[in-house]
Amino acid sequence: MLSRVAEALFWVGRYVERSEDTARLLDVHFHQVVEDPDTDEGETCRVLAAVMGVDSAAGSDVDSDADSPRDIRAALEILGYQADNPSSIVGALHAARQNARGVRESLSADIWECLNTTHHELPTRIEAAREFGPAPFFSYVRHRAAMLAGHADATMSRDHGYDFLVLGRSVERVDMTARLLAATLSTPSPEDGWIATLRACSAHEAYLRTYQRGVEPQLVLEFLLLDRLFPRSVFHALVVGEEALTRLDPDAGRVGAGNDARRAIGRTRTDLEFMPAELVLENLPKRLHDLQSVMSEVSDAVSRRFFDGSATIGWSLEESQR
Amino acid sequence: MGSLFDGYYSVAYDEMFAANGAPHPHTKALFDALQLLSGSDLEERVAVIDRSMRDQGITFSRAGQEWIFPLDLVPRLIPTVEWTLIEAGVIQRVRALEAFLADIYGPRTVLADGIVPHSLVSSSTAFHRAAAGLEPANGVRIHIAGIDLVRDAEGVLRVLEDNLRVPSGISYVVENRRTMARVFPGLFLEQRVQPVAGHVALFLAALRAAAPAGVEDPTVVLLTPGVYNSAYFEHAFLGRKMGIELVEGRDLFCRDNVLYMRTTSGERRVHVLYRRVDDDYLDPVHFRSESVVGCPGVLNAARAGNVTIANAVGNGVADDKLTYTYVPALIEYYLGEQPLLPNVPTYRLDDPDVMHDCLGRLDELVLKPVNGSGGYGLLIGPAATEEELAATRAEVLANPRGWIAQEVIMLSTSPSLDGDRLAARHVDLRPFAINDGSQIRVLPGGLTRVALREGSLVVNSSQGGGSKDTWVLTSSPARKGEPSVVRPLPAPTVKAKAPDLGPRSDQPQQQQQGQGSC
Repeated sequence: MLSRVAEALFWVGRYVERSEDTARLLDVHFHQVVEDPDTDEGETCRVLAAVMGVDSAAGSDVDSDADSPRDIRAALEILGYQADNPSSIVGALHAARQNARGVRESLSADIWECLNTTHHELPTRIEAAREFGPAPFFSYVRHRAAMLAGHADATMSRDHGYDFLVLGRSVERVDMTARLLAATLSTPSPEDGWIATLRACSAHEAYLRTYQRGVEPQLVLEFLLLDRLFPRSVFHALVVGEEALTRLDPDAGRVGAGNDARRAIGRTRTDLEFMPAELVLENLPKRLHDLQSVMSEVSDAVSRRFFDGSATIGWSLEESQR
Repeated sequence: MGSLFDGYYSVAYDEMFAANGAPHPHTKALFDALQLLSGSDLEERVAVIDRSMRDQGITFSRAGQEWIFPLDLVPRLIPTVEWTLIEAGVIQRVRALEAFLADIYGPRTVLADGIVPHSLVSSSTAFHRAAAGLEPANGVRIHIAGIDLVRDAEGVLRVLEDNLRVPSGISYVVENRRTMARVFPGLFLEQRVQPVAGHVALFLAALRAAAPAGVEDPTVVLLTPGVYNSAYFEHAFLGRKMGIELVEGRDLFCRDNVLYMRTTSGERRVHVLYRRVDDDYLDPVHFRSESVVGCPGVLNAARAGNVTIANAVGNGVADDKLTYTYVPALIEYYLGEQPLLPNVPTYRLDDPDVMHDCLGRLDELVLKPVNGSGGYGLLIGPAATEEELAATRAEVLANPRGWIAQEVIMLSTSPSLDGDRLAARHVDLRPFAINDGSQIRVLPGGLTRVALREGSLVVNSSQGGGSKDTWVLTSSPARKGEPSVVRPLPAPTVKAKAPDLGPRSDQPQQQQQGQGSC
């Protein structure tokens, strides 16, 4: 398939997942502030901005003296509704539609329509969210993401296009789950925060079914990082992404991994799979940060290998020099 | 545009306004916030609430149909000082009732000392000999209690009844808060309201603590009569929120006095049975033999110490409405304390003189069957017809032990939505107490039920009642000495970089626009 189409699908996968996960992240922290009077609002906003990297990049687009949101409503504006910030919910959805628009012919009508309807309905939804509270907006975003996933599942042939979409989604899920966990690790009132984190991943019930006891931080981390069966865990997302990569590039040869992306994702997956859980949980903030870096690396490597013809040539030269 | 409160008046003590018409100090902020809203504003939010309740299936069953338990969107506020009293009063009551149950099913000193008559116990249909001598694992019989409080015309909070068997409503407390926070987030940001989300976790911890001795990692299950039970939503909710199996009678069996459930991977032992099935149906071996919603032999398993039944079998003898009249005396007898929360003035009809007196002014009293619940069989004298009065009179004469009489309490009112206005509707309050053996905790808030029909004093969901989110206001930022269930794990924030950006697809836009337009 065309590199350009493949790239668009990869990014549709990433952006839609990002909008969904950001909605989950904000939902949890907004209602934490609302429901628990002991939550430090300013601190929560600072953490949200930090884990989403708002100060450094997107923040520069905002008024210079307000580069970090000071109350939760401001955080909603920046991370939720700001259209020109591709890390905000709305920005990510716009970017997803923009990518899809360029490759309409290779998408099923259902998928295109799903993204396009969402795009057109957003302004009304945002207005309502500003007036009546953001909960319906968040659930709307989640529903649309679920609908897109459902349409992809039901209407796309299992060809490379599908694999790129799934790969993008998985990469983003790992990245965003890492950010979500980092946010909880450093929010000021973490007791209820762990329940909230589980909810943000729609994992509360699944967690309770698995452990049948109260919510303990170590177990939550274990569950969301390492669980084999839960589809939103980091490990599971890595496995799904790796499988997609394998299908995309089956001629891996007989030794090692054929391309950088597979190597990076595979090593991370193996680390999580075979390292003792206690060791994984050691120095967690750094590990979460590393997960995000690796995902960036994977994304770059995927671009070089599949989307950008010249990079592939550069890579073969390198190999032959050895 | 008129205010929502136009034409608002209350015939009783009002939870929001003092006698002079101004809001109480603790309701001032809420009043101000509501003033800013219009009727259509509220209607829109009501629509959202109703839809959300329906979509989530927050319902109760009546006559085989699913009904939404309406949530009124004006919260009921309880100031810190008053909550401190409620908390202490409820804890005191539960302690006394625990002591009473341990006594009745044990040494029975309370009978020997003549505090309550033998007949109280022997005539109670809820007293079960089969539970005598059954020593619960951590000494707890009342794992969860719901103590119904009402406020009378003078503003005094009184206990209306105790619920020690299978008190329901805790799911609505949690769901109401969740819904309110989503529909009305602005209200919360202005005030400090004690959170309720951790309630279910506390309850699970209490159930786990009740496991038979020596069980390291107990299996807790919830026994439900099934989907047609009126409180099935709550059963499913608790099962889901506690992550425990929701079982029906046919999923369980006993062998050699050990309780098991049937699973795909074989039988699995059950250590704690949180049952939402009445005593009478729990064990066909001991109680009603035709019951199919219970599990044969479970009581023997409990007697053998292999499983804990929560709440314990036979608790009904302590929340019998006739026993209720003795509770102030029990508090004094067991704890040597004066009751912090008074009872509603109540008359025992098994005394012929009292009965005669009460029957004489039946139209001024409330008559309740001692074992009834859900507002069924209740007679409110002033509102009753001649035929109803006559029918109840006949029933009382036939079975005086089966009834009590109470003075009519003009329940306090709270503003509730009626069309596009707020009107005064009568409310009660059911705080929940959870006993884990080392400590009794009262969950901050509880269920406020509201009689949505104008003038009605019956708040039960089965009788057209609704509920309100109940806010316990807190003034101090620090939570008072409550050990957190979850250990904090602070960590420094690692500054992340912004998420990756995709290709910029709009670059060739201008060139594309220039093409093919001739």
